[in-house]
Parts: sequence; structure tokens; C-alpha cells
Amino acid sequence: MMSSKMLNIVLALYVALIFTFIFAPILFSLVFSLNSQRFPTIPLGDISTEWYAKILTDPDVWEAVRNSIIVSTSSAVLATTLGFCTAYTDFRYNFRFKGLYLALILLPPTIPLIIMALAMLAWLSRLGLSGQLWSIILAHSVLTAPFAMAIIRLRLHQMNPDLEAAAWNLGGSEWQTMRHVILPFCAPAIVSALCLTAAVSFDEFAVAWFVSGLNKTVPVVILEIVQGNIDPQVNAIGTFVFLTSMTLVIIAQVILFRRQTKSYS
Amino acid sequence: MTDPLVTFRNVEKRFGDFVAVRNLNLDIHAGEFLAIMGSSGCGKTTTLRMLAGLETPTAGEIHIGGKLMNDVKPHERDTPLVWQSLALFPFLTARENVEFGLQMRGVDKAERKRRALDWLGRMDIAEFADRNVDTLSGGQKQRVALARSLVMEPQMLLLDEPLSALDANLVIRMQGVLTRLQKELGITFVYVTHSQSEAFAMADRVVIMSQGDIAQVGSPKDIYRAPANRFVAEFVGRNNILTGKVDQVDAQAVSIVTPAGRFLAKPPENEMPTGEETSFVVSADLVSLSRDEPEDANKVQVTLISEEFIGSVVTLFLESNDGHEFKVQMQEREVLNLDLAADQSVWLSWSTGNAHILEGG
Repeated sequence: MMSSKMLNIVLALYVALIFTFIFAPILFSLVFSLNSQRFPTIPLGDISTEWYAKILTDPDVWEAVRNSIIVSTSSAVLATTLGFCTAYTDFRYNFRFKGLYLALILLPPTIPLIIMALAMLAWLSRLGLSGQLWSIILAHSVLTAPFAMAIIRLRLHQMNPDLEAAAWNLGGSEWQTMRHVILPFCAPAIVSALCLTAAVSFDEFAVAWFVSGLNKTVPVVILEIVQGNIDPQVNAIGTFVFLTSMTLVIIAQVILFRRQTKSYS
Repeated sequence: MTDPLVTFRNVEKRFGDFVAVRNLNLDIHAGEFLAIMGSSGCGKTTTLRMLAGLETPTAGEIHIGGKLMNDVKPHERDTPLVWQSLALFPFLTARENVEFGLQMRGVDKAERKRRALDWLGRMDIAEFADRNVDTLSGGQKQRVALARSLVMEPQMLLLDEPLSALDANLVIRMQGVLTRLQKELGITFVYVTHSQSEAFAMADRVVIMSQGDIAQVGSPKDIYRAPANRFVAEFVGRNNILTGKVDQVDAQAVSIVTPAGRFLAKPPENEMPTGEETSFVVSADLVSLSRDEPEDANKVQVTLISEEFIGSVVTLFLESNDGHEFKVQMQEREVLNLDLAADQSVWLSWSTGNAHILEGG
């Protein structure tokens, strides 16, 4: 009895420690973003929204936000479409080298981002596509499609395999079945995949920095500000980026897990 | 007799090296309740799926209503199927599930709703029309699944072990619902099951399949009383199979010498050469048991080994001197009247007309 109680306490502490390490820096960034003093030191100065006001008036930041939104929404849509198609192929068909097919699809996240970024830059510039917003969208789609595929594949595996045939049996053509059965069944996973891929793209720095050229996204702008000098604006932008990504990830989780409880008919 | 609704002509289905259905020839008549029965892997579900177009035969022809159906897509057929897994659409309500087929066929919204509600009413589940199907009980889901198929007003309904997920009481209730529906609608039911009690309780005709072949087709009574071969006899169970050599053959009876004694059996249609090994079967409920030696030609002295009590019916297990096990099924009160004890010696007898020779020994 005693030992299991001890174990519980130790485990709880361990989890608390993990969360502290993850969230403390973010929390500091939030605190300093509201601090009137220029340097991040304690004691803190007054509470101030000065840095937020400053970024709101900075056209470079606005431009970056605009780019980031375009890139993350476009690549989320592209990546989720790709992810859905590959997951459905895996669900529906059996073929030789299917293992290889899946391995190839799940490969991108295992490649170090820097290598990926360099490869993307080399490849896209050869195609004459580098330095454009399109190049980031393409690169991010490749990078995030595996996440979308994994989420949608999970959902498809929960589907009663008779469901599709039942729709054909009731007079639905393959396309009607896709529209009225497969897509509605996968809807929660598709929305989650959109949120998650958008969040990953919104945060992603390395690839964006390499291929963006003059079309900087938010993380790229943050780096440029930090390189120049110590500026609490970074804390303000960082807080904004963090809140955006967290919101997307939380939406993704809520949708995915709320629906997972009722899967089979 | 009119042309059959469905004909299978030399139909074969292979999955790679595995032969699921081998040279199937079967007619299904309009308006009959046909059960296809067999253990798992016997090809019964594959046969049903070929009717629905979910599998394509690798050889042979399937006609429905005179039309060759081999390459007709599932959605172009009028063969709704009630699935073992029910396969209701979990993201739709009961009513939307029933409407699904009509929606696919382009029936307009008001008409769809009217017909769906009508069928939900006929299945006594109208009050659950707007509930999500996941919140319904097993029996209610079953009724939604039936309504979803029947709302299409098909000529033929396919059912793939639809009652296997229900508990025993509900199975009996649903059997009643299904037989009543089939009689009322007058459409063909093709019912696949591994359960003998379901098949025998509901079907007009039963097809017994084994390893991709038809082992016997006939009314439940024919199959029960006169199983065609050893497989069917053993599958149906609760009967006595005796093997021996044909000794004498005449118009009335075939005499067979077995280790347990010499017995007479009903002569089969095809010729029986003497000296050949053969088997015959007698249903366990057609065997009489007595304490004194009976007059009948077919009798054997046995000792009581054990009994199995199922409700009002008792199965007695007895052994002859040569070690052959006999089964006798009788009413519990009859057994009480006999006042038997274990290891007691008694006589079994049966009439020649109840001993059926099995094909293929």
C-alpha cells in the first residue's frame, strides 16, 4: 500500500517537472511580454502592453503574420488532402510493397529539419520556385502531410469495414459513398488534421527560413528581431504564436477524442 | 413451376489458391425463405456476397430474374443485405440510416422521410427515429438495419447471420419478426447462418454447405430425418450413424451387418451392391427404448452411460457391447417412467423406414 502511494507521488512529481520544463520558458516569455522594462530582469517593472502596441504598428510583423496565415492554411489544406488520400489508399487497397509505401509516406518527420530545408532549397531553386510564398507552402505540405495521414488513418481503422460496402449495397456509387459515408465518418479526424498541420506549419522555422526568401513567416521574423538586439517585442510575438498554435492543437485534440468514444455502429 | 428468381450455374470463387465456393449449382425461387447453413469457411457468406455483387465469381454464371449478374456492380443491384455487423452509419440517426438507400436513389426529401418513418413504425421503433443509432439497444439496431434494407422494397433480402450478436431471448423474438415479415411481404429471403436452430425454425428450404460444396438441399424436415451423407448427419447431430457391410438387398430393405449387429435400412434410390461398406443414420428421437427385448427387426442391447437434460427433452447416451455410442432423445417424463439406473442394460429399437442410408458411405 505504502509503496504504491509513494510511487504515485513520485510519478506525479515527475509529470509536474516535465510540465514545468516545458511551460516555464513560455510562461516567462508571457510575463516579460507584459513587463514595461526593456531587459528581462527581476524585479519586474509595471504591467504594460507597450510591446504588443509596438508589434501591432510594425508593418514587418503584420506582413509576417499575413504570410504565416496564408502558408499555414494553404499547407494545412494541401497536407490534409494528401494525408486523406494516402490513408484511404492504405485502408481500401492491398498491394505489393504496401509496407514500403507506408514507410515512404511516414518518412519526412524522421529527416532532420536542416537537411530537409537544404534539400528543399536546392530542389525548389532548381525548379525556379524558391523564395516565393508557394515554396514554403509546398515544403510545409510535404513536412506535415504525414501527421494528417496518421490522424486520418487512425480514424479509418476505427471504421467498420462493412460500412463502405453497406453504402454500395444500398445503391451508393463509389463517389456517393465517399461523400456520404467515408468523409462524414472521417470528419472529426479531418478537422483535427487541418488544425494540427496548420499549427506545425505556423511554428516551423528551419524550412521556412531556408526557402522563404523575402516572404518571411512569423518565426523567421522573430529570429531576425532577436539577431538585431534584445527586444521584448519578441516576447509579445512569441506569446501570440504560442497561443495560436496551442489553440489549434487543443481544438484538434478535443475534436479527435470527443468523437473517438463513439466509433462503431 | 415458374422460372427461378436466382440461378447459380457452375459458380466458382477462388481467393488466390483458396477455393471458397466450388462448382455451385443452386436455384432460388421467388418468395421462398432459403437458409444457407454451414460452419465458418464453408462458403456460405461468399455465396451471399456474390449475390450482392460484393464478390465476383471466378467461373460460372449467376442470373437474377433471368439477367446475367456476374459483372453488375453492387450499387446497380436490388439486393439489400442485412449485415452481421449491422453496418449502420454511426454518424446518422435511425431515420437517416433508413433513408440512406432512398437518398442514393434520388428519392426526394419528403418522400424519403415518409417512407422511412413508415418502416420504422412497422418495425415498432418509430419513437427512436431521431436518435443516434449508437444510443440504441442491440434489438433496436437490428430493427433499424432491417428497415434500412426493406424500405428499398426489394424482390429479395439477403441476411448474413443477422441474429448472431443478440442474446437468446431476442433471437427467438427476431425469428418471429423475420418469418412474419417474409410471409407478409412475399419476397425472397436468403438467410446465411451457422445456427441450425435458426435455419430450421425459419426456412422453407435449407442448403447445407461444406468446404465450398453443397452437401444437401432440402426442407428442414428432410434434412433432419434423412441426411444425405455423413457430413450432414454429423452436422445436424443428435442422431446415430452406423457403418457396416451390405449383406442383402431387396425392394423393402437393405440388410447391413455392423459390429453392433445386423440391421435393416430403407433402400436408397441408387443401386446398392452387396458386400460394399455403407453407413446409415437414425434420428435420436426415433429410437425407442425398452427394458424387455422388443419384437422389432432392428434392435440392440445397450447399457446406459449418461444423460443430458435440456428443458423437457433428455438425451440419453448408451453403449452397445462393441463400444458404439448410441443417442436417444425422449421426453423427460418418459425417462422417469422407465426408472433407469446407470450401467443398466436396456434394448433400443427403431423401424426400418427411419434408417436412411448415407451417400458415399
